[in-house]
Amino acid sequence: MSPAMVGLYVFVLSCFVGYHVIWGVTPALHTPLMAVTNAISAIVVVGAILVAGSGAAASGDGMVEILGFFAVFLAAINIFGGFVVTNRILSMFKKKK
Amino acid sequence: MQNTLLGSNFFAAMYLVATVLFIFGLKGLSSPKTALRGNAFSMMGMAIAVGVTLLNPEVRTYTWIVAGLAAGAVVGITVALKIQMTAMPQLVAALHSFVGLSAVLVAAGTYYTHGAAGESDPVLMTEIAAGSFIGAITFTGSLIAFAKLQEIMGSAPLVFRGQHWLNLALGVAMLAFGGHFIASHSMVSFWIMTGIAFLLGFLLVLPIGGADMPVVVSMLNSYSGWAAAATGFTLSNNLLITTGALVGSSGAILSYIMCKAMNRSFISVILGGFGAEASAATQAGPGKAIKSASPEDVAFMLGNSSKVIIVPGYGMAVAQAQHAIKEVFEILHEKGVECKFAIHPVAGRMPGHMNVLLAESDIPYDVVFEMEEINGEFSSTDVVLVIGANDVVNPDAKTNKSSPLYGMPILDCYKSKQIFVSKRSMKPGYAGVDNALFYYDNCTLVFGDAKATCEKLANALREE
Repeated sequence: MSPAMVGLYVFVLSCFVGYHVIWGVTPALHTPLMAVTNAISAIVVVGAILVAGSGAAASGDGMVEILGFFAVFLAAINIFGGFVVTNRILSMFKKKK
Repeated sequence: MQNTLLGSNFFAAMYLVATVLFIFGLKGLSSPKTALRGNAFSMMGMAIAVGVTLLNPEVRTYTWIVAGLAAGAVVGITVALKIQMTAMPQLVAALHSFVGLSAVLVAAGTYYTHGAAGESDPVLMTEIAAGSFIGAITFTGSLIAFAKLQEIMGSAPLVFRGQHWLNLALGVAMLAFGGHFIASHSMVSFWIMTGIAFLLGFLLVLPIGGADMPVVVSMLNSYSGWAAAATGFTLSNNLLITTGALVGSSGAILSYIMCKAMNRSFISVILGGFGAEASAATQAGPGKAIKSASPEDVAFMLGNSSKVIIVPGYGMAVAQAQHAIKEVFEILHEKGVECKFAIHPVAGRMPGHMNVLLAESDIPYDVVFEMEEINGEFSSTDVVLVIGANDVVNPDAKTNKSSPLYGMPILDCYKSKQIFVSKRSMKPGYAGVDNALFYYDNCTLVFGDAKATCEKLANALREE
């Protein structure tokens, strides 16, 4: 099985996991759900780190690292912004005293 | 790859841990009680993912990484702490655009680092192309959604003749350049494809009107997940594929829920134009009269009832009336009047927005109910107070086949003994449709700013 095929298996099965987990989320928390999925979709930071740290500047191509820097920067805004705002929202939800 | 077998298994195992933590994180959101702990799981997952990636031997220099992470942390945390809860939809749209652009940059960067080194098999090229164009559409689409929500741009749909044909032609051209890139590895084709995708993102969201924004925001949420998954294919990284799939299905489900709540098909939302034709569909019969009352009259009725349901809408948030409503709620509670809140799925500008706004003003979540939970209770309710909601309580959606709202599920306020609607003027709601409820015998309007009305209401209730 080629790596792309393995990836496809993982992808399809993950969609099913996602389907079941997300239907379990209470509608009252749909806004924090979006905020937190925002944060975790910034997992592209993994790719961004590999580009930004590729050491391509040593081979004379600084452009790649600039691309990488912006990719890391944008993803990091999402990670920190997404998690902090989710935390802020969730702390507001309180039960009747 | 310099990784030894053990090394690459170590990375894979740690990424698997991160994946599981993300799943637990999302599962935590099934109840407000477990949600904060869930968020902590997700944060741990992200910390592991980033930390492990930094150890990857492919990472040779850290300057740009550290600079990017630090700058992103400062910007992200500052914005997250300052943002008003009413502005959450804009923030979410802006954050989607960042994920999109980041995916484009990663795709381009991966081509330069891998493609240039001769690793140019067609599968990798396809994955790079897909990562880039999905990211690009997410980026510009989210920018337009942001501009519409922030009211930099009018929320009216922008439609012109031949729009769908133009989009189709652009879509085909985009795929053609993508195909050429895959076959020839031409960077020029790559950037032309990405450029067309940027343009498509703009054009796809422009025709979608303000009323459909909750769907668009959810849809772009989904796209940002698919962009991450496509990046995962490019990098053969299962963590990105899994996480992208989770986010993608989350956004898709939210879009579905929003569409259902508005009785709109997903296709018709995408094709856009909702709200443009609506002004022609005013259903108010001439000569029908409305009744109006003062906040003091309402207070008297509320004080003498045994069960009250408050229906808040986005107008409440615009008027900043949440805190005054909370006062009303507390006084009623002290007087022994049963008081609940009823929330329509599309109240507010994004899924769950109204729940957050109520929670922010310290209204406990266990008195806040979803449409399906509470619709059966209206017929046994003495007074319903509608504040800043309009289309979601319009009985035309049930009875009038010619209404643009027909078929949309609504909160059955009209079944209660008495309805009071706080309204600034007789202006129609977001969908531009007149509300049949206002002409019902059991409905009385209270004119004035929602905040002022609720404050007067609270004062009058306290004096009783």
